Amino acid sequence: MSEAAVPQGTRPKTFDVGRLGVYAVLIVASLFFLIPLWVMLMTSFKTMAEIREGQILSWPSAFTAEAWPKAWLSACTGLTCDGVRVGFWNSVSILIPSVIASIALGALTGYAMTFYRVRGANLLFAILLIGAFIPYQVFIYPMVRVFSLIGIYNSLLGIVVVHVIFGLSLMTLLFRNYFSSLPVELFNAARVDGAGFFTILRHVILPMSAPIIIVATILQVTGIWNDFILGLTFAGRDYRPMTVLLNNIVNSTQGEAAYNVDTAATILTALVPLAVYFASGRWFVRGVAAGAVKG
Amino acid sequence: MGAVSARNVAIGFGDVSIIENLSIEIAEGEFIVLLGPSGCGKSTLLNAVAGLIDIQKGQVWIDGKNVTWAEPKDRGIGMVFQSYSLYPRMSVEQNLSFGLRIAGRPKAEIAARVAKASKMLQLDPLLKRKPAELSGGQRQRVAIGRALVRDSDVFLFDEPLSNLDAKLRSELRVEIKKLHQELGNTMIYVTHDQVEALTLADRIAVMKGGVIQQFATPHDIYHRPANLFVAGFIGSPAMNMIDGTLAQRAGKWMFDYAGGAVDMMRYPFVSKPVAGSAILGVRPEHIDVGAALPDRFATKGKVTIVEPMGGETVVWTEFSGKPFTIKVDGDSTVSLGDDIPFNFDVSRASAFDAASGQRL
Repeated sequence: MSEAAVPQGTRPKTFDVGRLGVYAVLIVASLFFLIPLWVMLMTSFKTMAEIREGQILSWPSAFTAEAWPKAWLSACTGLTCDGVRVGFWNSVSILIPSVIASIALGALTGYAMTFYRVRGANLLFAILLIGAFIPYQVFIYPMVRVFSLIGIYNSLLGIVVVHVIFGLSLMTLLFRNYFSSLPVELFNAARVDGAGFFTILRHVILPMSAPIIIVATILQVTGIWNDFILGLTFAGRDYRPMTVLLNNIVNSTQGEAAYNVDTAATILTALVPLAVYFASGRWFVRGVAAGAVKG
Repeated sequence: MGAVSARNVAIGFGDVSIIENLSIEIAEGEFIVLLGPSGCGKSTLLNAVAGLIDIQKGQVWIDGKNVTWAEPKDRGIGMVFQSYSLYPRMSVEQNLSFGLRIAGRPKAEIAARVAKASKMLQLDPLLKRKPAELSGGQRQRVAIGRALVRDSDVFLFDEPLSNLDAKLRSELRVEIKKLHQELGNTMIYVTHDQVEALTLADRIAVMKGGVIQQFATPHDIYHRPANLFVAGFIGSPAMNMIDGTLAQRAGKWMFDYAGGAVDMMRYPFVSKPVAGSAILGVRPEHIDVGAALPDRFATKGKVTIVEPMGGETVVWTEFSGKPFTIKVDGDSTVSLGDDIPFNFDVSRASAFDAASGQRL
């Protein structure tokens, strides 16, 4: 008794009702968000006969993976039956140039606005920010007209340009905020050393910007991969992204809906952002915080 | 080679004016310190000389050329910043050679110049390290080396020692002084630390509110401050200021204060004295405790505070109804409550006009 009563050394851990409540809430909340994923996974491994029984939460009684290759290779989207595979490669070819170009441009504009006090930089930045809050839908019709006028409507270039434009405000905001936290003296030192606009960006600023480049990549990869409406509108028949193909598979069934194929196709489509979330961990949290102004 | 001058320079940001009209002539090879409280425009002036901020009016000349519109790299300057500003992703060697590399100098020349700077600043063991692996003092030495490699005629220092601890600061201060003696370049050094200013400078420009208050040798700045601001800014503890009036009696100039008068016969007036309100400044270290020699002004006071500082002790007493400090030897036996006699030599004091604050 007496030895326990003297406060000394590490404070003992306590576990009380309040803490129990916190854990209970966390467990319930994670179940709530995990159940849809569970249902999707289970359904994708069931036969149609079992799905018809309606036990969506149950473990598959006859485990079968045959819906997966079907979803990837031969699910029908209207007239063609090539699965989501085509969409996957379309999405990849949209994603890579869009992510690289939008990050490069955002870094450039953010850099110019931070270090080269351009006349009216604050006004420009405000306009760019407003751009981030105007819904996409407003732009679609005028952009379709402009793009078809200059001949890039329904093309890979068209959809990439659209992604770069819509990503510009967020990317600029992200880079500008990050660059503002860098000491301006570093930029001055490089100027005294004789470095110019692009030399400073390339040799001094960008090598220090790994954290924000990672964050920007995460935001752009997940954002562009998950995009549906822009891909539907601007990509044309040849470059329909995976999300559009998934929608076509799910909505254009003849006869009975093949839920196991649909769920497999959906999981396949979600795999890229899912992988990004898992791989990036703490970076993603930072990205969410940095991009808090735009959910 | 290396003379710097700013002529009628005005600097401001938008509507805020930092410097309205400032001129300064710096001779080749001089070590100039710009000293002043924060916000006095000293760093702004340095940055304008460097070309990092644009000036609104006037001209900047370096090395006999009008560089008012020139880019920083074309001005023949090397600069050291307060926050070191080393390129964090480059090694020490790459930091030193960055400027030369982007200028496309031949490899052999780069290596030779880096080696020379590195030898001078004892950076050889550090060349392969990244800035993050260096201590504050080492970082600042690399930053100085980066300016050195540029082989420029003019060195600009923007509070280079402010981020260091006291011991390193005094070590690097000596190194900078040695460097100046070896190289003989013009150096312009901004600081708010009066010890740095007094120890390093050939001449100090004391600034306040964008105006140079006094531009003179450390000795003159300390012993003959041009106005009340300079007198109060330099020296620690600060100069004692006694309010009173200057009057001529029986052919002698006297300084009357509440409770007595000081004979100003021995005071070297700058111009012909005029009767009126005045302030007499006496440095704490110019006051002796004890019996007075002839020609010195003597009085006495009660000790209110004793501050031992190791080598010396600051004794607080009262004079003319105001607190008055005296610097005595650390071994002195003055103690609280003592009534002590003290005296000072008027010829070492400073008298100022009360209205204008200018030295009399």
